[in-house]
Amino acid sequence: MLMRLAYRSLQSLLVTFCLFITVFATDLRAEDDLRAMINALGEGNFSQTAKQVEALAKTGDPKIVPALEALAAGDLYQRKSDKQVFLTKSSAGNLVLIDPLSGEEVGTEASGALAKIKVNNSLRRTVRAALGGLTLMSPDAGVRLQAAQTLLRAPSADALEQVETALAAETDGRVKTVLERARAAALLVSDRPDGEKKAAIAIIGKAGGQDSLSLLSAALASADDTLKPDIEAAIADIQDRQALWAAGQNVWYGLSLGSVLLLAAIGLAITFGVMGIINMAHGEMVMLGAYTTFVVQEVIRTSFPGLFDWSLAIALPLAFLVTGAVGLAIERGIIRFLYGRPLETLLATWGISLILQQAVRTIFGPTNREVGNPSWMSGAFELGGLTITWNRLWIIVFALAVFAALLFLLKKTPMGLQMRAVTQNRRMASSMGIRTPWVDALTFALGSGIAGIAGVALSQIDNVSPNLGQGYIIDSFMVVVFGGVGNLWGTLVGAFTLGILNKFLEPYAGAVLGKILVLVLIILFIQKRPRGLFALKGRAVEA
Amino acid sequence: MNIKARLTGAFLAAVLSTTALNGAFAADDTIKVGILHSLSGTMAISETTLKDAMLMLIEEQNKKGGLLGKKLEAVVVDPASDWPLFAEKARELISVNDVSAVFGCWTSVSRKSVLPVFEELNSILFYPVQYEGEESQRNVFYTGAAPNQQAIPAVDYLMENEGVERWVLAGTDYVYPRTTNKILEAYLISKGVKPEDIMINYTPFGHSDWQTIVSDIKGFGSAGKKTAVVSTINGDANVPFYKELGNQGVKAEDIPVVAFSVGEEELAGLDTAPLVGHLAAWNYFQSVDNPANAEFIKTWKAYTKNDKRVTNDPMEAHYIGFNMWLKAVEKAGTTDTDAVLDAMIGVSVPNLSGGYSTMMPNHHITKPVLIGEIQADGQFETVWETPGLVVGDEWSDYLPDSKDLISDWRAPMSCGNFNVATGKCGGKGS
Repeated sequence: MLMRLAYRSLQSLLVTFCLFITVFATDLRAEDDLRAMINALGEGNFSQTAKQVEALAKTGDPKIVPALEALAAGDLYQRKSDKQVFLTKSSAGNLVLIDPLSGEEVGTEASGALAKIKVNNSLRRTVRAALGGLTLMSPDAGVRLQAAQTLLRAPSADALEQVETALAAETDGRVKTVLERARAAALLVSDRPDGEKKAAIAIIGKAGGQDSLSLLSAALASADDTLKPDIEAAIADIQDRQALWAAGQNVWYGLSLGSVLLLAAIGLAITFGVMGIINMAHGEMVMLGAYTTFVVQEVIRTSFPGLFDWSLAIALPLAFLVTGAVGLAIERGIIRFLYGRPLETLLATWGISLILQQAVRTIFGPTNREVGNPSWMSGAFELGGLTITWNRLWIIVFALAVFAALLFLLKKTPMGLQMRAVTQNRRMASSMGIRTPWVDALTFALGSGIAGIAGVALSQIDNVSPNLGQGYIIDSFMVVVFGGVGNLWGTLVGAFTLGILNKFLEPYAGAVLGKILVLVLIILFIQKRPRGLFALKGRAVEA
Repeated sequence: MNIKARLTGAFLAAVLSTTALNGAFAADDTIKVGILHSLSGTMAISETTLKDAMLMLIEEQNKKGGLLGKKLEAVVVDPASDWPLFAEKARELISVNDVSAVFGCWTSVSRKSVLPVFEELNSILFYPVQYEGEESQRNVFYTGAAPNQQAIPAVDYLMENEGVERWVLAGTDYVYPRTTNKILEAYLISKGVKPEDIMINYTPFGHSDWQTIVSDIKGFGSAGKKTAVVSTINGDANVPFYKELGNQGVKAEDIPVVAFSVGEEELAGLDTAPLVGHLAAWNYFQSVDNPANAEFIKTWKAYTKNDKRVTNDPMEAHYIGFNMWLKAVEKAGTTDTDAVLDAMIGVSVPNLSGGYSTMMPNHHITKPVLIGEIQADGQFETVWETPGLVVGDEWSDYLPDSKDLISDWRAPMSCGNFNVATGKCGGKGS
């Protein structure tokens, strides 16, 4: 009895051992195979590499994920000497080699000894689809969500079963919704019965949005007569919903354009609106603000890379100070001799604008300078049917904040009181003991400083080049004149009205004609109301 | 704005004419080369680089002993991005400074404005920028790409390799994009693309608010067919356009954008990480790997004393044009315009993409066409190139007005717009 028991356990031990050996061996063999397949990625042209990627994806082995990710990112290199393929990261001019399967560093090579495995768009699409399938079962819900979205965008009948398995095992609600849509999308291109397809059409139709529209339109082209009415109805339904959102989207674009106009014009509302100086160098103040941002980012990049997300916050006060100081110098040096002579002021400030442009061109070069977007200003999010980009949202918030601050300064502080007093009745203000020349200089500096911080914001959406200011000077004058000279609220309303008007005209008239129409409308409006939307009343106007 | 630009020009012209006059008193044993590129105003962003490139080429040539035993001397003028001023400055270069050849112009309108001057004073202009074609002039050599050397191969690539069926032709509103898009539209329709699958959009110069257009492109691309954007957007407007594309999440894998006016120089002002995979079609990329190019880049970086300076396609065009001119002058043994014009045709010099470029009788050159994808480091990676060289076709075969026209400046034809249907010189569309 005892003997038998011992024999049995020995037997089972042996079996386990054998099993272990086989598993281990297959594992090793599988790894060798994978390595050979990964090395083969370096051979041949794009379509051959794409075939290798598909073959790799068929193994379903999650170990190849890093290699594929590196391929898509352009970090996969082939060693020229022995045709081995490695993941790489650069360090001090050399490339650190990383084993594609184990992820261990295995040495460094000069970049000349390695050849990059080139990728193009169609190869990147193949890799993306392969990664979508491989990462569908990842323990990380975020990765699964991304995988599901990839499969949704590029549906294939082959992936259908994979999606269904994943769907059955899915626990996270958000991933599940996307997976259901991905399943529906894959179903549409598969050869499943029409009944299931009808349900799939309903799911996609309900999801709405441009991606669904794209899926359904593609399905419509190849659909038979039983499905056509369903698809057409779903498409019509999505388009109806989109038409509603499109109006909202236009309003949003208009607000966003309006906020840019407001930012560009608000400094001018002080120098031109309040002080009455036709300041042609206003645009160059905006440009100087943008270049200040560039310099700040450059210093941060070279010395304090960790602070990059704070670069705009640091640039704001600096831009205000720099452009404010330049404004102060211009007022004290030139403009104060020209008060009451608008034509000469126009020519002088315009001369200054040329000097500033060419100075910047000489110092920083004529080419565009790169100003990066901090991470919190990149990308977009969906709000219902609206796509809202973060940088535009922040610029709207920022424009309104600047406006509020300026309003507070003018209406609630002693400095604002003095400014208003001087512009309304210079001699009376002077008799009351206000140093009018000093107030003039400060007001001009304030207007210039505000233009400078507008430049910080505009550097996020436009070129930072010496010509930056030129593009905004006409628009700024347009806004101030349209809103009513001397009235901050007029500038606010004027900017947003012009922004929204422009964006509603653009889809129908095109960008070029839209702009012309806006100009014509403004000319007509000025004929009717020469003092703009909100005309100042009283004695100040006559003075 | 226009008045402003003009006055800018006048102001700078006054300043610069003094410097230019000083140049005229230089010794007589030099051969003078005119450089007509804007150093101020809106086009300075692109043209200043070309001025520097020319100065470098001239300096390098002088180190090698000059030309015909004489030193070369550069005469630089600044037409200040002001089109009428281009004509004045060209006249000044030719009649006051007595230059043997002029290298210059960027925009088509500046080229058109100097054409009568070169014709009247019988001098030579080398024009280095890709342009819309539909022109061939006796005194001008076009070293940039004609539409068949850039636009058409790019569209072919997208059609064949990416399976694109729906097209957005987006451009800035002026002559080059309008003519190129007209040619492309005719070409696409001849390839069986339906008119409703083509969307054409024009924007003003310096357009900075791309939200509506990018969302229109996204909408146009959601018709279930593979969509691509062919961009002839020029200059400053590109940066906000690409930023908006990146922010609205238009990825190159979904809707690729192929650009004809975006090179290494334009990308230098941009964070290219979100743009990886978008395309450009040129005849040269800085990333092209061959010894001649490596040498050129090294010399350029040393000349500008800036390790980050990039090279681009119009610079290569000047490189080719300058070397062709040197060779032609040596062949003719003189810098006399008529002799050089005759000697130019058939001259063949190495280009920087690893081959030879030849000047054809239509005053256009042969070039390879490269399609590159934008990389995260701001460079392009060649993903496709034409198997051989492409001959520049000045009169497009896809436009009804110009399909019967050819150009041949060799005797006895000596005609820039010969109509093969009527057998007469001076056909329609000149």
